[in-house]
Amino acid sequence: MLRDITLGQYYPASSVLHRLDPRVKLVATLAFIVSLFAFGSVSSYFVATIALAVVIKLSRVPFRFITKGLKAIFILMLITVIFNLFLTPGTPVLEVWKFTITMEGIRTAAFMAIRLIYLIMGSSIMTLTTTPNDLTDGMEKGLGFLKVFHVPVHEIAMMMSIALRFIPILMDETDKIMKAQMARGADFESGNLIQKAKNMVPLLVPLFISAFRRANDLAMAMEARGYHGGEGRTKMHPLEYKKTDKTAYVILLMYLLLMFLTSRYVKIETWLGF
Amino acid sequence: MVLKTEHLNYIYGAGTAFEKQALKDINLDIPENQFIGIIGHTGSGKSTLIQHLNGLIRATSGAIYADGKNIYEDGYDKKTLRSKVGLVFQYPEHQLFETDVFSDVCFGPKNLGLCTEEIEERAREALSQVGLDHSYYRKSPFELSGGQKRRVAIAGILAMHPDVLILDEPTAGLDPRGRDEILDQIEKLQKEQKITVLLVSHSMEDVANYVKRIIVMNKGQVLYDDVPSRVFEHYQELETVGLAAPQVTYVTQTLKSQGWDIDTSVTTIEEAKQAILKALNK
Ligand SMILES: Nc1ncnc2c1ncn2[C@@H]1O[C@H](COP(=O)(O)OP(=O)(O)O)[C@@H](O)[C@H]1O
Ligand SMILES: [Mg+2]
Repeated sequence: MLRDITLGQYYPASSVLHRLDPRVKLVATLAFIVSLFAFGSVSSYFVATIALAVVIKLSRVPFRFITKGLKAIFILMLITVIFNLFLTPGTPVLEVWKFTITMEGIRTAAFMAIRLIYLIMGSSIMTLTTTPNDLTDGMEKGLGFLKVFHVPVHEIAMMMSIALRFIPILMDETDKIMKAQMARGADFESGNLIQKAKNMVPLLVPLFISAFRRANDLAMAMEARGYHGGEGRTKMHPLEYKKTDKTAYVILLMYLLLMFLTSRYVKIETWLGF
Repeated sequence: MVLKTEHLNYIYGAGTAFEKQALKDINLDIPENQFIGIIGHTGSGKSTLIQHLNGLIRATSGAIYADGKNIYEDGYDKKTLRSKVGLVFQYPEHQLFETDVFSDVCFGPKNLGLCTEEIEERAREALSQVGLDHSYYRKSPFELSGGQKRRVAIAGILAMHPDVLILDEPTAGLDPRGRDEILDQIEKLQKEQKITVLLVSHSMEDVANYVKRIIVMNKGQVLYDDVPSRVFEHYQELETVGLAAPQVTYVTQTLKSQGWDIDTSVTTIEEAKQAILKALNK
């Protein structure tokens, strides 16, 4: 079942972005986020907006999935915007009761909001177009150099992919156990805090037992198939950069250069007068 | 309690990339005191359907009436519905959690708010109904065999005294003897208590000997809903949806196609024997 292989996020589609090497996507997302914070000017945000729009178009993921993540940070964004709006000193524009809204305040608040929104949308595109397994594969290979410093990269990646693989299974199981106990009259909603914690016992005991049993079975199955850690292990689908991946890196470099140049030399702010 | 479903539809993950219509326009009447089998290939929507009947899943559209009352109406008491329509899930591991068998069976009646004596009385009665005696009371449910766990799980529901008992694949993973024992006990229970039993299974062979009505599910829809002998007449269609009629159907159908004058509506081995003897004596 598809819902078993993925963690809520992934949106299956056939697009250039889906086929891209996960390392490219990781690096590009990181670079995109850094660029948002490093180059803060109206003109460079214009560039970032176009880049983001093109990537969204290329990903073939419906727009509403990309903006889903924004709901989660709405409160955080509201607080940031309000603080910046009222607490930045500078040229006053408007007075509301004891607070003054300044020109600089509006500017910082708007920039902050754009940064947060683009940050969430950018990373959403990555998780929507990459399966969790590909992501950990990408991290394992991309961070492989850390092995020199005795970081157990393979083991960490393996633990991550197992954890990711098991989250939907355990969520499914939680749902089933809750239903089985509700059929026996269990109540998971009402009561005070202590009551609620006590009511969780019929859910948690079967869940833990099943998690341990699964872990045990998995360890056994892995050993039976000769798993012995990362040393000398080969991959069925080794990650290798293809032509599109290299093209993507070139495009990324061009994007960064454009961001840099526009933030340095194209001062839309001064033309507009702020 | 009589149950009735009207144009029931259910979609899993509505509004996501993984939308899946699990039920399509289900219309069923479940009267009192009837032994019913629900058969269907894996993924045909059997489990989804039965979880609607005690209000664990809310239909995307359509209605369910319990004793004439719409259970989706505001203020309908779902908790009472769940005690009247007892649902035993496929995996007993999903519901056993207490330190011993007896306390686990007590969990259901305890949630009904009964007094201690009544609770223990019901637990003893339920455990004897599924064929577990005193020696099991203080055992941990986790050290039991698969078949015994299943019995404890069934007892846990029986102790709530449901009017309708629904069992989701109670024979899955059991050996033939364990399977027959459980099914015999369920049959006895149905006859004695005069309750309605819905037995979910993916095997015709299992239910053919017991039930009086078969509901065949395919791809979220009800394909047939009739007495066993009439359903088995469609044995060729059943094969195309991944099911099979009981072997006696094939035996009698083959005999008939070879020119024997034999009754093909038999469903059990005993009936088949009588029919063959009768045909031989003609
Ligand atoms: N929790 C769920 N989320 C999404 N799809 C589900 C879920 N449970 C079942 N399904 C899907 O609904 C369909 C019917 O499933 P189910 O009712 O479990 O069938 P059955 O019990 O007959 O094997 C299947 O295609 C199954 O994959
Ligand atoms: Mg099922």
